[in-house]
Amino acid sequence: MLKQIEGSQAVAEAVARCRPEVVCAYPISPQTHIVESLGRLVASGELRHCEFINVESEFAAMSVAIGASAAGARAYTATASQGLLFMAEAVFNASGLGLPIVMTVANRAIGAPINIWNDHSDSMALRDCGWIQLFAENNQEAVDLHVQAFRLAEELSLPVMVCMDGFILTHAVERVDLPTQDQVDAWLPPYEPRQVLDPADPVSIGAMVGPEAFMEVRYLAHYKQRQALDLIPEWATQFQQVFGRAAGGLVRAYRCEDAETVVVALGSILGTLKDTVDALREEGLRIGVLGLHCFRPWPAEAVRAALAHVGRVVVVEKSLAVGLGGIVSQNVRAAYPHSPDHVHTVIAGLGGRAITRASLAGMLRSAAGGTLGRLTFLDLDEGLVARALAREKAQRRTGPLAEALLRDVGVVAARPA
Amino acid sequence: MFEVRIHGRGGQGVVTAAEMLSVAAFLEGRHAQAFPSFGSERMGAPVVAYCRIADREIRLREPVLTPEALIVQDPTLLHQVDVFSGLVPDGYILINTTRSFDALGLGDFVSGFRPERLCTVPATDLALEHVGRPVPNAALLGGFAAVTGKVSIDSVCEAIRQRFGGKVAAGNVAAATGAWEFVRREMREATHA
Repeated sequence: MLKQIEGSQAVAEAVARCRPEVVCAYPISPQTHIVESLGRLVASGELRHCEFINVESEFAAMSVAIGASAAGARAYTATASQGLLFMAEAVFNASGLGLPIVMTVANRAIGAPINIWNDHSDSMALRDCGWIQLFAENNQEAVDLHVQAFRLAEELSLPVMVCMDGFILTHAVERVDLPTQDQVDAWLPPYEPRQVLDPADPVSIGAMVGPEAFMEVRYLAHYKQRQALDLIPEWATQFQQVFGRAAGGLVRAYRCEDAETVVVALGSILGTLKDTVDALREEGLRIGVLGLHCFRPWPAEAVRAALAHVGRVVVVEKSLAVGLGGIVSQNVRAAYPHSPDHVHTVIAGLGGRAITRASLAGMLRSAAGGTLGRLTFLDLDEGLVARALAREKAQRRTGPLAEALLRDVGVVAARPA
Repeated sequence: MFEVRIHGRGGQGVVTAAEMLSVAAFLEGRHAQAFPSFGSERMGAPVVAYCRIADREIRLREPVLTPEALIVQDPTLLHQVDVFSGLVPDGYILINTTRSFDALGLGDFVSGFRPERLCTVPATDLALEHVGRPVPNAALLGGFAAVTGKVSIDSVCEAIRQRFGGKVAAGNVAAATGAWEFVRREMREATHA
């Protein structure tokens, strides 16, 4: 059913149609609208056989999801930013125990300095926590990935994180084709747990495992997660047959056939990149876009195949490994079949800095012209940086850095984006 | 693609206005994207929201930088925020005020714009009359429909009804219709003048 709807509410409706039995959550922007909507659906009786549990923290949210999932319930939660970090220990436990929890991460920067806006620092900080990580390009895909995520999680007994850009997607009102209950029921079979806490058939879950078997438990987690590399593309095709539209998959190429340069990215920036590439093609530049829709497991083979004929790769990413550079580009370099020197990292949009077509086009023209460096910070205010560095050179007690930069730029809140 | 930027203050329904405009366009079978400027919004602080309307899927996620239409819900913002930033030369301007562009000190600024695309609407007065609260957003959407013709007043009213219920919906529909009639009258008088 076509609806003009806020991303968060669309995701809540899709999650509700997946018939979760436990939804536990703690509010944090920009995720809050999702669980608020789910709370309303439970309270109104529209979402039946589901317990909505208000918890006292994100650590509790994931702990309750673990308990619910271990008891055989289909469990869902959502978080962002510091909330994801606060639950980090339990996030690793969920995957270590093999519990198929689905969690939305409404991607947001991590402090300090505190910042509520979008980037991918939160999901990237936990990229190796053992969860499958899917990234949505738009709200239609955010909806569809949740429907896929429950089935994927339960098939593999592994938790799945669906990442959607905070505010940019969660708070955007756009056209979404919401799946019907019948479609979802046909797609998602009832949850059949591999392990369940059942008083009639008691087991213990969470044993201490020493050097005798810990490696094997970890190896099996790796082995199982890698199975998603076959399932995700297979189910993306199946999904298209049931729902009549493409969603998910490991990677998706746009205008890459004859491309000399390919831009690799994940999340909502893909839309702006596609518009930019269309305009640059009018100028005669042979550029394409490769969207990563699954980041963990890392689809090395699919990335390698997609980039096999490409002479130059530009990875645009909304996260920074301080002291190294790009995170996504590290992965792409490892998969790229040619010289890693031809993979450029562009850090963009940190803390909600708007990523514009104009900036992307300028950067991509310099990439095509062979003048783009190995590591670029898109739209970095170099004057601002130089002033801060000059102050630090001139005096010892320069005071709090972030506050000094805010004074340099003036009152931000009063300026339009 | 048609791009709209709405300026106002926290509590004036700026984000809701962008959403309702997107719903009105959706009801006419078009693609539309509405989103706020994502600040820590609070009562009285400047707020910006955007709406794009197009005949094909909207992929672009940058803020609206070169709007074709500008809705200013609070004229006191003219002294605080560069509301006209990036506005295209033949763009539409709607301001919630009982004063004229000249009286607002904008006479020189707007002299290069097409006069039939400049519009003032007493939206707060209409809201107080029909809704009982100074929420000018719905009335301005009625004015937007009249001056731009990008959406019909019927779609605007339906979008308002989908967003609100009962008396609030009826009041806002009346305010929007009142603003639509007001702008149409002004446009007729300008044509005959």
